[in-house]
Amino acid sequence: MTEEIIIAGFGGQGVLSMGKILAYSGVMQNKEVSWMPSYGPEMRGGTANVTVIISDERISSPSLNTFDSAIILNQQSMDKFEKTVKPGGLLIYDPNGITRHPVRKDINIYSIEAADEASKLGLSKVFNMIVLGGFLKLKPLVASEFLHKGLLKSLPARHHALIPENEKAVEIGKNLLKPVQVL
Amino acid sequence: MEELFAKPEIRKPENIVYKKTDLMVDRPLSYCPGCGHGTVHRMLMEVLEEMDIQGNTIGVSPVGCSVLAYDFLNIDMLGAAHGRAPALATAIKRLWPYRFVFTYQGDGDLAAIGTAETIHACNRGENITIIFINNGIYGMTGGQMAPTTLPGMRTSTSPYGRDVQTMGHPLKITELIAHLPGVEYVTRQSVHTPVNARRTKKAIRKAFEIQKEKKGVGFIEVVSNCNSGWKMTPVQANKWMEENMFPFYPLGDIKVDGKLVEKKETVS
Amino acid sequence: MGELRLMKGNEAVAEAAIRAGCDGYFGYPITPQSEVMEYLMAEKPFERTGMVVLQAESEVASINMLYGAAGTGKKVMTSSSSPGISLMQEGISYMAGSELPAVIVNVVRGGPGLGTIQPSQADYFQAVKGGGHGDYKLIVLAPASVQEMCDHVKLGFDLAFKYRNPVMILSDGAVGQMMEKVELFDQIARRTDAEVISQCPWAATGKPKDREHIIITSLDLDPAGQERVNLKLQAKYKKIQENEILFEEIQCEDAEYLYVAFGLSARICQKATDLARAKGIRVGLFRPITLFPFPAPQIASVGNRVKGILVVEMNAGQMIEDVKLSVGCNVKIEHYGRFGGIIPSPEEVVRALEQKIIGG
Repeated sequence: MTEEIIIAGFGGQGVLSMGKILAYSGVMQNKEVSWMPSYGPEMRGGTANVTVIISDERISSPSLNTFDSAIILNQQSMDKFEKTVKPGGLLIYDPNGITRHPVRKDINIYSIEAADEASKLGLSKVFNMIVLGGFLKLKPLVASEFLHKGLLKSLPARHHALIPENEKAVEIGKNLLKPVQVL
Repeated sequence: MEELFAKPEIRKPENIVYKKTDLMVDRPLSYCPGCGHGTVHRMLMEVLEEMDIQGNTIGVSPVGCSVLAYDFLNIDMLGAAHGRAPALATAIKRLWPYRFVFTYQGDGDLAAIGTAETIHACNRGENITIIFINNGIYGMTGGQMAPTTLPGMRTSTSPYGRDVQTMGHPLKITELIAHLPGVEYVTRQSVHTPVNARRTKKAIRKAFEIQKEKKGVGFIEVVSNCNSGWKMTPVQANKWMEENMFPFYPLGDIKVDGKLVEKKETVS
Repeated sequence: MGELRLMKGNEAVAEAAIRAGCDGYFGYPITPQSEVMEYLMAEKPFERTGMVVLQAESEVASINMLYGAAGTGKKVMTSSSSPGISLMQEGISYMAGSELPAVIVNVVRGGPGLGTIQPSQADYFQAVKGGGHGDYKLIVLAPASVQEMCDHVKLGFDLAFKYRNPVMILSDGAVGQMMEKVELFDQIARRTDAEVISQCPWAATGKPKDREHIIITSLDLDPAGQERVNLKLQAKYKKIQENEILFEEIQCEDAEYLYVAFGLSARICQKATDLARAKGIRVGLFRPITLFPFPAPQIASVGNRVKGILVVEMNAGQMIEDVKLSVGCNVKIEHYGRFGGIIPSPEEVVRALEQKIIGG
């Protein structure tokens, strides 16, 4: 099993930390993982994206052009990454702020209204975990006990009190998915 | 020469009234006759002998005339790249905090190419001793202009005299360093007379005692001559130094016990 | 099994230094490697192991601090990125000339000049062919993963002290910035001063009455003496060349074609190897792990069995020169490179093989 994932959105949406929590949970489950951010000018205010690979085998290239799954959180990322999903792959996106919805016919597409839900519940800090919940529902790459361990390791000790809130957000996300196109 | 030194009659114990310290390696110095380096070397080694810290001292020599200081000083030493001695000394002292660590540097080394390392080591208050020989010229490379060359002074790269309009002013780095909080003791001395040499020795001793107390940098400038570079006899060079160097670089303590000295003592 | 963590390459370097029993780190901030010193300062190894961490005023000062400390037998490390490593070259040459052990990490970014902060492999020549003045060699390790960033610090210190020679870890901005699973090795105790003195009799540690004073220098004004110094260095480099080569072969047994790549490029080529084989192209990958000593005989033995070799580097063609010297003239050898911080994709590396080697 090897899952190649791109997570892309605005800086500040928690894109990199979502990737880190996913990757760390993978480590706790003794998977091979890599987390490769796009960095440089793109990090400053513009789009942020990270390639996460979780595998049972040694990972070859940490830098990729095509992906099994894309998690897309803004329009720029939709424009850039919709075309990079492998045929038969998965695209999850938050329609909030999306003006041009995905058009591919050869991939599975789900929407998740995480931004709306997060602001309704006053959970805007864990918006990214709602999205992660949706993704894990479709791709159960890590079991919830390892996700818990991943959170413990990824978050600094002063934020450990927020872990239950993060886990709650993941559960909310699992029930928030809407299929747009399922092959 | 060899024969002269080998003559047994003048080596009889009862004839010996003065002996150089065993901490000087028994070999001829490579410095020009009349140069101050040999005297400063001896003062330094006498201090180490009196404090009984030969085995507990690590020295750093520079690039310049005293590049071979390590051949004459009978202690463990490292030869630094040009200007970098205070960086070496910083790391050595940090990793061997109970060893005495000193640098021995000339004016080009300390005040031109190594200005950054000098100022930052001083500003960090490293517990080291810096011995700075200022003769206003690059001796080793053949008498070029130094950062401390006096206005109007002729050198091979200021053959018509140092024109401060185009070549800049001489840098009084010692006064500059005295203002840094990491520096405990700053003094300017010379070794051209026995009295002055004794004062230099006393200053070196004080700087090494400061290391023991972990109070920061002890910085000793020794204004010295370069009769070869200045194109003078040793006697002329000393006279020229008194008349020209000392008014610009007045001798005496500049900072003692971490406090700037109000009125400078001048000795000629 | 050692402790597992998800770490950036730069963080792994820092943690590995603490665990390797490093005595001192001296450095200056530069992107993309500043996490090394940031991690150390946050981790407070001065409390954990007594290791000294000092932010110097420049890379020039850092490398000379390293020189001073290494000359006293201590285990010391610095890290920087390309422009900073250029500034260090004088000090590195002094250390090589004085035969001092130390680990120098270069998290390479694109050049020339201020260039970019993005990953590159354009410092291969500088690392492998000397870099500073005079005839000298660094032992050069090329990690391709965060795990190797960690392991090469320990290996680097072992080799540095075995041969009394500076070791460079030549990585790049991507390997420095990306996170992967790392299995950390257990803490190795820092040597006591008494152990340093007894294990490093060559070091300037303070002269006891019963031994000659020690001088750490690279200066010998007598040409015959300096020639002896050079001959000794060359003999040491030969010994290193004979004994310390590290490399990896992936799917080379039945290969008709061969990728040769180091560091991050090798990871990309490994993926390209899988993609190409899925298309029926029998290609393998040869990855030098030590760049000096270069695995010349090993590359020759694989390289002379194949129809063509593509050397993939994030530079304009540097390691390819060593590959050509190793393999000889009978095999077609081409280069594929990207510059300025661009990381080639596995797909374009497959295309390059098809166009430059198979179709060309």
